[in-house]
Amino acid sequence: MLSRVADSLYWMSRYFERANHCARVLEANHNLMLNPSKLSTEERWLRIMASLGIAPAAGGIDPQSAMVKLTCDAGFESSIAFCIAVSRENAGQVREQISSEMWEGLNSLYHKVTKASANLEADIDPMRLVAAVREGSYQFHGITAATMNHGEGWQFIQLGKYMERSCALPVLLDAYFSRAGEADTLDWVGLLASCAAFESYCKVYTAELRLDSVAEFLLLNPEFPYSVRYAVERMGAAIAAISQTSFTKASGRIERTAGRLRASLAYAQIAEIMIGGVHRYLDDVIEQCESLHAAVHMVYIDYPIQSALEA
Amino acid sequence: MLSSISECSVTVVHDIRTNDLVLASQPGFDHGILLLSSVADTFPVEWLLIQSAWESMSTPAQFGNLQMPAPFGDYAMGPAYDEMFRANGRPRTHYRNLYTQLLNLPSEELYRFKKEADLSFFNQGITFTVYGHAEGTEQIFPHDLLPRIVTSSEWAIIERGLTQRITALNLFLADVYHERRIVKDRVIPGEIIYTCKHFRRQMQGVKVPRDVYVSVAGTDLIRMPDGRFVVLEDNLRVPSGVSYMLTSRKVMKQIFPALFRKCGVRPIEQYSRELLSTLRSLAPDGRSTIVLLTPGTYNSAYFEHAFLARQMGIELVEGRDLVVHDNTVYMRTTSGLQRVDVIYRRVDDDFVDPLAFRADSALGVAGLFNAYRAGNVVLANALGSGVADDKAIYSYVPKIIRYYLDEDPIVDNVETFLMTDRAQRDEVCGNLEKYVVKAVGESGGYGMLIGPHSSREQQAEFREKILADPRNYIAQPTLTLSAAPCFMNGRIEPRHVDLRPYVLFGEKVTIVPGGLTRVALRKGSLVVNSSQGGGSKDTWVLEN
Repeated sequence: MLSRVADSLYWMSRYFERANHCARVLEANHNLMLNPSKLSTEERWLRIMASLGIAPAAGGIDPQSAMVKLTCDAGFESSIAFCIAVSRENAGQVREQISSEMWEGLNSLYHKVTKASANLEADIDPMRLVAAVREGSYQFHGITAATMNHGEGWQFIQLGKYMERSCALPVLLDAYFSRAGEADTLDWVGLLASCAAFESYCKVYTAELRLDSVAEFLLLNPEFPYSVRYAVERMGAAIAAISQTSFTKASGRIERTAGRLRASLAYAQIAEIMIGGVHRYLDDVIEQCESLHAAVHMVYIDYPIQSALEA
Repeated sequence: MLSSISECSVTVVHDIRTNDLVLASQPGFDHGILLLSSVADTFPVEWLLIQSAWESMSTPAQFGNLQMPAPFGDYAMGPAYDEMFRANGRPRTHYRNLYTQLLNLPSEELYRFKKEADLSFFNQGITFTVYGHAEGTEQIFPHDLLPRIVTSSEWAIIERGLTQRITALNLFLADVYHERRIVKDRVIPGEIIYTCKHFRRQMQGVKVPRDVYVSVAGTDLIRMPDGRFVVLEDNLRVPSGVSYMLTSRKVMKQIFPALFRKCGVRPIEQYSRELLSTLRSLAPDGRSTIVLLTPGTYNSAYFEHAFLARQMGIELVEGRDLVVHDNTVYMRTTSGLQRVDVIYRRVDDDFVDPLAFRADSALGVAGLFNAYRAGNVVLANALGSGVADDKAIYSYVPKIIRYYLDEDPIVDNVETFLMTDRAQRDEVCGNLEKYVVKAVGESGGYGMLIGPHSSREQQAEFREKILADPRNYIAQPTLTLSAAPCFMNGRIEPRHVDLRPYVLFGEKVTIVPGGLTRVALRKGSLVVNSSQGGGSKDTWVLEN
């Protein structure tokens, strides 16, 4: 597979997942904010921004415009509209690699979003857009799984999706756990909802919401798709599959790095993590993901030509 | 952009904002003008004059005392050949099925079909971006709902004619870059060849596989008032539009399944497979990594490049994906560098290699030309093939056919006057108001004089230009294009069309039965430019 193509598939998938993540977080918080809380509206918005990894703006947050900005403002780099546009742009560069159905799905979602973003001033309901993106994303994943060859391109798509998730979930968790003392039950519900995890959580731990159970579920559960461990597992599996089809001397090094991260999550105990500090643990996960990302780029995408000729 | 358009005459206006030549009307002339162009640079632009067509087209639909039935109420016939109707207002035999269907379909139904088709084009991403607008203004490539129908006997002539033509043009190219017998035998003056904008002296003596220079051609045909097809232009460099032919067929099958069955339409879906085997036939023995080289996503024909690559199952590469090392071409893949054997390039000669041609090209691959000359990679079409579709060489094509094949041309040329020829030049310069004068190397409608609509000053200016550089100009008489029925806002009206079949040449010549029918959808402006209301329609070649 062409390196450029692999790169585009990877970023198509990463940005799509980013839009999706943003939509889930916004939807969960929107519902949550209808209930009263100890935190002020502004504080809640700050937490939303933090959980999406967005640095707070200098002039504070205007709750009225924040929602529109995060959804429809295509000029804002963390907005859903921006992410969908970048995802589609990447897809457009590799149209011959993805199935027509995938392109059509992504394209129609894009047009829905741009239509909203072209009418920023008009009285639009961002939540409808958010719902459309959520639905559209499940559909897209379904179409992708059903219509595309599960070959190398597919593995890069998986890699992008789970890499993004492995990086985004720790940021989200950190925003809640770093201020765990102030949080009430409803906040934990909100966190779980941000990961579409509430029902699944209840099945494992019942509806009793405990700090360490929530942490354990979202960090270490091996079966839930929006847990850090699950995402890392899938990311590792994609990396292993890629190195099988496109073996180079450096593939082994990436696999080892991925394997170490997988093992650390697989054997971790929540109690130990809590003692050592959730923040530190999450930081470490993010750092390892980032170095994996850089290694993949170096080995498969942007390798020096001289080394390839020697091989 | 344009002011109102009165009935019978038009004049050319240069719209500064879009740099397009468009037409406005002006009383006192009795000629209509058609600008055949299309999606940005996808198609070459060609100007044609339609003699007196508009005067009569603006009169109500009547054939003698015969009043046309409902959806054809506004159907007006001019002097142009009508694809659907005979002069007596009766449909031609091969159009009868369509005609009956249209009589029985309420116009709401047609509207619904049209909407369905539009949506299908839109969702497939067959769109182009309207420049100068904010994001979200992508528009679909305009198309018309009604098929253009060609009989099997008409097609047989086209097929034989184009086969003959591409065979002769390939022999010509091989000769031009090797022995030049045709020059030595004084059939074509050498300076006409060497002064071509697309003549590549670097190709002198370079051996190309099978001596095939042009493996993909998109020849533009128009139909004369007597019903004959003639060649307007050979596109031998990187002709495009074939994806529109294929996708619009797919859409039409969804919309008119019953009509399809009834008419017996010959399939065109094998095009991609035929293209692949044509390219494969050029590959060296035992090696067959074929790629399609595109300028990239910003090229207006990118959709087509991606479409064809996917249909053929080959890699779609950009210049930056390729590396030349030791005169061998490789592509960068996730598992390292992989050797490339055949490149179906959709990049112009000028841009393929910054070391050999334009140094400022960012689209090409440094060193590609040397690898090509060393015979380590095949390019299709070959570099330098543009010399054979130069507008001045065009006028020699009948002679070229006779010279190499010893046959008479099966499909004629449009009469063309060479300004290098003294007698022809005198005739044209003396009667500039009768001719269309074109600069040979230009496209896009620039450097052109439309005789019947030019002022005395313009004519004088052109006369000077011609005399100063005769090689740079040719002239053609005014032409009338055939008209075909189109679905226009609830009514069926005639619009002018041309036809571009796609010719493949490898081991053998293959022409899939069909092509791209381009149509001037807007009645007043007559510009077949997608942003100006030009479009395409599906072309049906019948079984019998």
